[in-house]
Amino acid sequence: MIRKALWLSATSAFLTLFAVGSHAEDRVVNVFNWSDYIDSSIIDDFTKATGIKVVYDTFDSNEILETKLLAGGSGYDVVVPSGNFLARQIQAGVFQKLDKSKLPNISNMWDTVSERTAKYDPGNEYSINYMWGTVGIGYNIKKVQTALGTDKIDSWDVFFNPDSLAKLKDCGVYVLDSPADIIPAALKYLGLDPNSTSPDDIAKAEEALLKVRPYIRKFHSSEYINALANGDICLAVGWSGDVFQARNRAVEAKQGVEIGYSVPKEGAQMWFDQMAIPADAPHVAEALEFINYMMKPEVIAKSSNYVLYANGNKASQQFIDKALLDDPSVYPDAETIKKLYTVSPYDPKTQRVITRTWTKIVTGQ
Amino acid sequence: MSNAAVTAASASPATSAGKSILARLGAAFVGRLVIIIPYVWLLFFFLIPFIIVFKISLSQTAIAMPPYTPVLDFSGGISGFFGQLRQLSIDNYVWLTQDALYFNAYVTSLIIAAISTVLTLLVGYPIAYGMARAPATIRPTLLMLVILPFWTSFLIRVYAWIGILKPEGLLNQLLLATGIISQPLIILNTYTAIFIGIVYSYLPFMVLPLYSSLEKMDYSLIEAAKDLGCPPTSAFWKITFPLSLPGVIAGCLLVFIPAVGEFVIPDLLGGSQTLMIGKTLWNEFFANRDWPVSSAVAVILLLLLTVPIMLFQQAQARAQEQDK
Repeated sequence: MIRKALWLSATSAFLTLFAVGSHAEDRVVNVFNWSDYIDSSIIDDFTKATGIKVVYDTFDSNEILETKLLAGGSGYDVVVPSGNFLARQIQAGVFQKLDKSKLPNISNMWDTVSERTAKYDPGNEYSINYMWGTVGIGYNIKKVQTALGTDKIDSWDVFFNPDSLAKLKDCGVYVLDSPADIIPAALKYLGLDPNSTSPDDIAKAEEALLKVRPYIRKFHSSEYINALANGDICLAVGWSGDVFQARNRAVEAKQGVEIGYSVPKEGAQMWFDQMAIPADAPHVAEALEFINYMMKPEVIAKSSNYVLYANGNKASQQFIDKALLDDPSVYPDAETIKKLYTVSPYDPKTQRVITRTWTKIVTGQ
Repeated sequence: MSNAAVTAASASPATSAGKSILARLGAAFVGRLVIIIPYVWLLFFFLIPFIIVFKISLSQTAIAMPPYTPVLDFSGGISGFFGQLRQLSIDNYVWLTQDALYFNAYVTSLIIAAISTVLTLLVGYPIAYGMARAPATIRPTLLMLVILPFWTSFLIRVYAWIGILKPEGLLNQLLLATGIISQPLIILNTYTAIFIGIVYSYLPFMVLPLYSSLEKMDYSLIEAAKDLGCPPTSAFWKITFPLSLPGVIAGCLLVFIPAVGEFVIPDLLGGSQTLMIGKTLWNEFFANRDWPVSSAVAVILLLLLTVPIMLFQQAQARAQEQDK
């Protein structure tokens, strides 16, 4: 009896080993991307085209991704952090340099974007742009019209001017709970360098934000999508793509909620989500093949058409829906692009000052 | 063990001594094993993780993988290891005392948890009492109803409260339609919403221990009190409540301890002005990427929770001994 059981377990163990062995021959790539950030048919097409199986996993904050990467051994082959996170992670030794010889489609990329991403990844040695967007103002067109007498929002003044924001207090204002996105906007509004790390400048930004703090209902980095779409709030300072998502949800819900998005004329922060390969990735060759596939103009255009973000692929623009390409809030005109700014990652000491300032703004302590 | 001894004693005297020692050893070993298992569990899933967190709290932050230094290893031999040990310092604990932020966050969390615990007790006690006094046939159903919400994700249940409490939400619509209020109540994003969320989420943890202690109570004691002319309220305070005290304490601890470190409920239902230690810890860990300081915050939180409970237990044990 016991012998039989032993035999059984031994054979099954052997079989498992065998199964694992044969499994390893299948080519796999483990992708870790933002949630709701790809047209899933792209993944199926990639598997059909290359025979590489994609294990697709999603996250919803840079912080979660960063913690997994810094702890090491994440098992992911392709990850998509945002620019300022990427910069720090490169410094920490999280990523490996990309073998450009395996990425022939890199010639499709858009220099306007690559020049800016080089600020986070000098020479773009570690990463390839996936999507980019802006930090701007999302608003409920009808409610703002009622409260302010105009539905034309084109300036940070609507948010940073206490008199104007006070009028929007009752219908609700949400702001990203993200100091790296809001403090530079305050600096820009004040005519200061959005990249300033001087404690004096940060204090001025704090002062400007404290003036409008009483009129802000909540600081949160994702709730504003639903709140805007449901008509619960009338203004949110948020990421472009999130506001577009809210706009689409509002259209689907057919409750008469109309959402607008504005890139303020003073200038807005540009952000970039970058594809990169962790240093300890188990399937580097497959990861490179995946990234190269994502740089095919028609593939990345399909993704943009689905997620409604601009991408950093110049050649893809001929495949992008005209409505999206002509939308200045997604693809701003050359004049506006010049005014967009990028923010370098903070050093640990400044980061502490920024976080502490932010806690003071948000909680009053 | 005693069984083995009896069997051994009935055997011939010459072999009984040897057998009984072996049997005793075997039984003792099994007995030990049973006791050891929880200790091994605690060692692997509490003590070792705690030591790791404690060690990180004595390190310094660095831009590296993992993001702190020193990382203890034996690559530099024994002397290298001791060299790394010498780099550890209590700077992070000193840091926590220099900014009132952390103290305020601890205090706010403790106060919110305490108020929530009292509210949960007030809501949970009548429920548990009703369940314990209900006919035995429907008790399992009632018990089931208390446990049922656990079958839905905690996150979804908390999220559902947003739909209920928001200005255009179900509650306000109901109150407006019935004419009880003329202006929607602002509940979402306030402390009230946090209390509602915690009381709702943790109610089963309060009801279950209360129910189990109330169910075991001998109700003839109440009848006796009644016969002797004791009014119902004082019978409750003199008999029912003291007998249910173990359930009250267990329920309160089960609610209070997780409520102190609660992150999800204040994040979703509370306003941004809510400063709780869970959020502070999140900020240190994720925004500042300062694993050492966040570890220090966590160690202090753990001490804050366990030390009073240990003191309480000791005091109780001493009181029991004095009773004897």
